[in-house]
Amino acid sequence: MSLFQADQIAVRFGGIRAVDDVTFHVDKGEVFSIIGPNGAGKTTIFNLISRIYNSTSGTLTFDGQDFTKMPPWQVAGIGIARTFQNIELFPNASLLQNLLIGRHCHSRAGFLSQLAFLPSNRRAEIKHREKAEEVIAFLGLQRHRDTLIANLPYGVRKVVELGRALCIEPKLLLLDEPSSGLNVEETEGMGFWIEDIKKDLGITVIMVEHDMALVNQVSDRVMALNYGKVLAMGTPREVQTHPEVVKAYLGGELEDVA
Amino acid sequence: MRYLFRTNYNQDLSLARHGGDYFWYGLLLVIMLIVPLLMGEFYVGELGGVFIFAIAGVGLMLLVGYTGLISLGHAAFLGIGAYVNSVLLAKGVPFVITLPIAGLFTAACGAAIGLPTLRMSGLYLAIATLAFGSIVGTVFQKWSSVTGGFDGFAVPTPTIFGVGLDGATGIYYVSLVVLIFVLWITANILRSPMGRAMVAIRDSEVSAQSMGIHLARYKAIAFAISAGMTGLAGALFAHYVRFLAPDAFDVLLSVQFVTIVFVGGLGSVQGAIFGALFVRLLPQFIAIVRDDLPFGIGRMPGLEPSLFGLVLVLVILFQPGGINGIWQKTKHWFTAFPFKRQTSSRRQKSYAKSERLR
Repeated sequence: MSLFQADQIAVRFGGIRAVDDVTFHVDKGEVFSIIGPNGAGKTTIFNLISRIYNSTSGTLTFDGQDFTKMPPWQVAGIGIARTFQNIELFPNASLLQNLLIGRHCHSRAGFLSQLAFLPSNRRAEIKHREKAEEVIAFLGLQRHRDTLIANLPYGVRKVVELGRALCIEPKLLLLDEPSSGLNVEETEGMGFWIEDIKKDLGITVIMVEHDMALVNQVSDRVMALNYGKVLAMGTPREVQTHPEVVKAYLGGELEDVA
Repeated sequence: MRYLFRTNYNQDLSLARHGGDYFWYGLLLVIMLIVPLLMGEFYVGELGGVFIFAIAGVGLMLLVGYTGLISLGHAAFLGIGAYVNSVLLAKGVPFVITLPIAGLFTAACGAAIGLPTLRMSGLYLAIATLAFGSIVGTVFQKWSSVTGGFDGFAVPTPTIFGVGLDGATGIYYVSLVVLIFVLWITANILRSPMGRAMVAIRDSEVSAQSMGIHLARYKAIAFAISAGMTGLAGALFAHYVRFLAPDAFDVLLSVQFVTIVFVGGLGSVQGAIFGALFVRLLPQFIAIVRDDLPFGIGRMPGLEPSLFGLVLVLVILFQPGGINGIWQKTKHWFTAFPFKRQTSSRRQKSYAKSERLR
């Protein structure tokens, strides 16, 4: 039984079929990468899964539950966390506050309990803080704990966004281009963290990525997209040598190029 | 320079960061408590006015500074609080009941205006709240059987447990208590999931949603709490002015509240207090220097509103941190003393978010 299943999902913006009847599944504990040229519909698939876009047709199933029509704010609650391609952190809040916002879907404190800051609320806050500190320790962010996000370098922000997603304690983690804007060393570090997330935390990962070295390093299976359609699916090696994928990236037949 | 050594998560949840905070805020409270014994009726009244505006300012700060929503209709909430309180008092309901009812009723109005405007932001929200403000103003004028219309409404003298609050001193103390209450509530919100949700909505709606934050619910809550605090301020304002006229709650008053928030410093509760001081004391200052100004500037009509506008524009352009920003920089200069760096107080361009800038 797969953890996540997308069945014939499609979305159209006017006449453009951004995602066209895409079907794939992700098994528990695997790292599944989505590759493809720019505009292939990779991020659109992420926005469909996090319910920012409504799918025109098809169904999305997570953990045996159909969430095709779920409002976007409930998606975190069922255990799906995501990061964004162009970092969407809360820049005027400290790193710690950003991580604590990630704990929001686990907060059960009542309205009046928060207004009066009752002891129950205090205990809950300390629990959230402990979890956030675990993530800080896991990602080695201790020295930036009280720094405003706006004052952090890009590479660190990328890691903070990963940390904020981990604070949700997700079963499924969507990483939208985790290596974009990072240098070679930082990308390598990101690769190790994704491996750790898979092995130590047991979180299933779906990743959109352009850096093929990173894709090869961490993924169990890869799906290649172009113009919203699936070109190939399989191990990283199979997909990269698939003639359709080569054609999509290099454009046309090899002799045509020459 | 003070280094905080934290050994317990409770230290981060505490309202005071360190012993020094207890000392300085305690001292400030003691001074505020003995002011009426030392100063004349006029100054006590003026300071009471500052407290009332600070209460509304803190409420608007939650909405504008922390949730990132603008409101140009907060004078209407002040008016609703003022009329609800006064009308109930005139019907013989005791002040200890009318005050909280004024706050709760205005909060309900805030939620009601918040719900339909949730999909708006920036300029559109500003226009919608502006319209709301003028509608409520018209209701105050036309519903004369309750509000007295343009004849006005004489506010009855409130009594608390048999003590009549007829002078400025009584309202001063009640306002001080309400201000402290409102500050306490605000501090609690800001260290709870609710406050973090507001900050998240301000900084990035799309990612707030992905963190499991129900945007509509928290925007409505922010509107309600903000309106409720302004309603409390309104109830006190009624006793401060003693005679309610519907044209007191016009858009200029709303602009004064926005000035409190921007000039005080967006995103800081202290800023709301600084802003209230500024907004209440500037007219007094103008009154004092009016006669000494050259070329008859002091006699020109509209001097006060234009000065408010000018200061608002200058602050947004050159000092986005507001008075609170200046205060923080000054503090930093002294704590870091010979090691101030040029970059440590470099001007940051962070204009208020609007539709255009997205």
